[in-house]
Amino acid sequence: MSEPRIVVTGIGWVTGLGHSIDSVWKRLLNADSGMEPTTRFDARTFPTSFAAEVKKDFDFRGFVKDPAVHASAGLNSQFALGAASQAWKQSGLDVKPPKDPRRVGLYLGAGEGVLDFDNYVATMLHAWDAAGAKVDGLKWAAEGLKRMDRLREIEQEPNMPLAHLAREFNARGPAYNCLTACAASTQAIGEAFSILRRGDADVMIGGGTHTMIHPLGVTGFNRLTALSERKGDPTEASRPFSVDRGGFVMGEGSGIVILETLEHAMHRGATPLAEVKGYGSSCDAYRITDIQPEGRGAAVAMLEALRQAGIDPHARDAQGRPPIQYISAHGTGTKENDSIETRAVKRVFGDLAKDIPMSSIKSMMGHLIAAAGAVEFITCVLAIRDGMVPPTRNLKNPDPDLDLDYVPNVARKVPVDVCLSNNFGFGGQNDALVVTRFTP
Amino acid sequence: MLPQKARQNRRVVITGIGPIAPAGLGIDAIWNALLEGRSTVGPCATFDAAGFPCPFVAQLPADRFDVKQVVPKSYRKATKVMARDIELAVGAAYEAVRAAGLITKAHEPADGKTTIPVDRMGCHIGAGLIAAEENELTSALATSRKPDGSFDIAAWGATGMQNLTPLWMLKYLPNMLACHVTICHDCQGPSNTITCGEASALLSVGESMRVIGRGAADACLSGGAESKVNLMAILRQHFAGRLAKASTSDDPTKVVRPFASNAIGGVPGEGGGILVLEAAESAQARGAAALAELAGFGASQSFCPDTIGADPSRDGEGISDAMQAALDDAGMKADQIDAVVPYGCGAPALDAAEASAIRRVFGDRAAKLPLITIAPVTGSCGAGFGAVAASVAVQCLRTGMLPARINGDDSQGVDAGPVAARKADVKSILVCTPSLGGQNAAIVLRRLA
Repeated sequence: MSEPRIVVTGIGWVTGLGHSIDSVWKRLLNADSGMEPTTRFDARTFPTSFAAEVKKDFDFRGFVKDPAVHASAGLNSQFALGAASQAWKQSGLDVKPPKDPRRVGLYLGAGEGVLDFDNYVATMLHAWDAAGAKVDGLKWAAEGLKRMDRLREIEQEPNMPLAHLAREFNARGPAYNCLTACAASTQAIGEAFSILRRGDADVMIGGGTHTMIHPLGVTGFNRLTALSERKGDPTEASRPFSVDRGGFVMGEGSGIVILETLEHAMHRGATPLAEVKGYGSSCDAYRITDIQPEGRGAAVAMLEALRQAGIDPHARDAQGRPPIQYISAHGTGTKENDSIETRAVKRVFGDLAKDIPMSSIKSMMGHLIAAAGAVEFITCVLAIRDGMVPPTRNLKNPDPDLDLDYVPNVARKVPVDVCLSNNFGFGGQNDALVVTRFTP
Repeated sequence: MLPQKARQNRRVVITGIGPIAPAGLGIDAIWNALLEGRSTVGPCATFDAAGFPCPFVAQLPADRFDVKQVVPKSYRKATKVMARDIELAVGAAYEAVRAAGLITKAHEPADGKTTIPVDRMGCHIGAGLIAAEENELTSALATSRKPDGSFDIAAWGATGMQNLTPLWMLKYLPNMLACHVTICHDCQGPSNTITCGEASALLSVGESMRVIGRGAADACLSGGAESKVNLMAILRQHFAGRLAKASTSDDPTKVVRPFASNAIGGVPGEGGGILVLEAAESAQARGAAALAELAGFGASQSFCPDTIGADPSRDGEGISDAMQAALDDAGMKADQIDAVVPYGCGAPALDAAEASAIRRVFGDRAAKLPLITIAPVTGSCGAGFGAVAASVAVQCLRTGMLPARINGDDSQGVDAGPVAARKADVKSILVCTPSLGGQNAAIVLRRLA
């Protein structure tokens, strides 16, 4: 029995550039930046005091059936509900829900929720025994029980967005959340694809949601020197593939896609937006901070995704084009990532690598961490739909060592039928997806 | 019955188990405690927990486990950036690899040869929401205070944060369990970190099974680990309605009473486990003795009336869906199952949901089908629990013994009352864990002929 084909029938996102598919897409093609001074907390003295935040005009209550059901929703759940509702609606499943909810699963790469920082810190300091250099458990318990909010604490569990989406769409099939840092939602979509191919569900809600724009999130990344600390205009801070790149800029939000078997989509008369053809996943097993310098694991993931899709990375297609017409790069804008990713892509595609447009939307939308892969996957779907490739913003000073086609500064009109979406996470997870134009 | 359409399955066996629990590292220590019905629940040794409604914990003492002893010498420095959860996973992986007789990079083989090629070795580990070590973080936070003692975020941003080690955040990323394990043992195949509360370990085992089944790896280190013995985790478990309300004068060993009419809740624990899952053909080729077959896996989502799943639906429908899916996947009927390892944490609402699910799946047999309840002995270790449970189930199949049961009763129509360890001809065991949030995972383990 041949493996079932898996198609995308709905997409949705909530990002710092907006919260509808077409408004965000238009801004990406315009090379707009979502970066502004941080407002989620007072970051003025932090080494990095800007980010691409979801703007205040986003209200998840306008997207869901009954906001009261989601009263506890933290930011990650709110973003996910906004994105998933768009995707669900586009798929048509809102009008005609699946017959058996047990055949509808979920696979998200959602991050941990936002810490109740003020009450957390106040509790810690209240219980701090400076002389003993330790927190007094008795004092902490009394203060914590008094200060902290039940739902706000539970909502920080990384599987809570999953719980909200399951409730909203009555999904009762296999349900997972994975958290493999910046690779999480690519991995989630890949595993959702694998579950569908095996026949364990008919429909999967996949993607990710995350914000780390909070004091300890920014602290953590600042201490790792992973964030751009560029002074001046925040819209110029994210500079993937540029010689003067200095780290990533945080974004936040969610990307959610509806995947289903072609058979199921056709049976209910849905319109496939694209087809998922391959998924590769590997682990560097190298170091906790660094990427394997040759891009070994990244190349393995890409090659496996291509193999599943039946694509020879060294062969041009029938029209003389490279086998992939767009790569959505991980492209964080750190020195290390952009160099090693470039090396890995060359390793995979050899001489053809230079002919493949490869851009980083993180230059505009920032890095959505666990949710990055999902919004980048959606970008691939839209590139195929419109024959437009989004640019890499702020690429004015190319790095002489990085010599691929990064689509600098201006979007490009080019027919796209096959895309590769890459994401790599701290901790060595590498994930790649091949998404193609759907042809019956 | 859930339809299963396409299949591309290689058989998967378990060739090593590495559980870790308050009784110690490795199955022997844990098994002995379970055979004797010896609870490890007691007062907290690392901080005073008496201010919480549940003043007791189940904690793995330092004299029973030292992470430095379970990493290669060259990797000892890295133990400084391991949160407790990571230490537990690294210990469990070491034990599982040892038990499976695998040579990995951790053994620094002279010829560089590993039993399983490194690119054919995967790793799937369930993890929780890892809490920052309170003393480390607070000593840094305390440097940034206003004259009135309150926190000064401006000072923190400008200078205070520099009191944290640069790698601070990496101690607490959930995927760092798998990251350290894959580095120690050089697992370059597919790797994932599942974060679905108590369902995490079995979801990870299920994903490893699928990865091996579809040929993407020949073996996986698979399981989960978590410590709930810290201030934030205890508070959150309390808020989720999972913990007992008890007095320090109560007998801690009698607090956790799974399925009992007088159940009052669970106790925070720490632990987990790693299993070596291997393609049957790989185990056979290297002449490894398989301990059990991983015959089936199923996952589902429950409908949660309160959305977040703290107050589960008493009908247990989602839980029985996962159980049934695992049975279907194994190609088995419910009457072929000889024992069940439930989560059975002692929280009345969740126990009721699990009991309903067991009654739905097993019908008239439910009252006589032995449950193996672990939580009264080990406490509840969140994302790690499923891996302890799976390891115990494997041990039952290997030894033909069922461990003792304490503190429960039969009031919910399931076999959960006190009983001593006894011989039993168990051929197949179902293990199931429902999570806060409503995810459920179940596996079927089968004795090998």
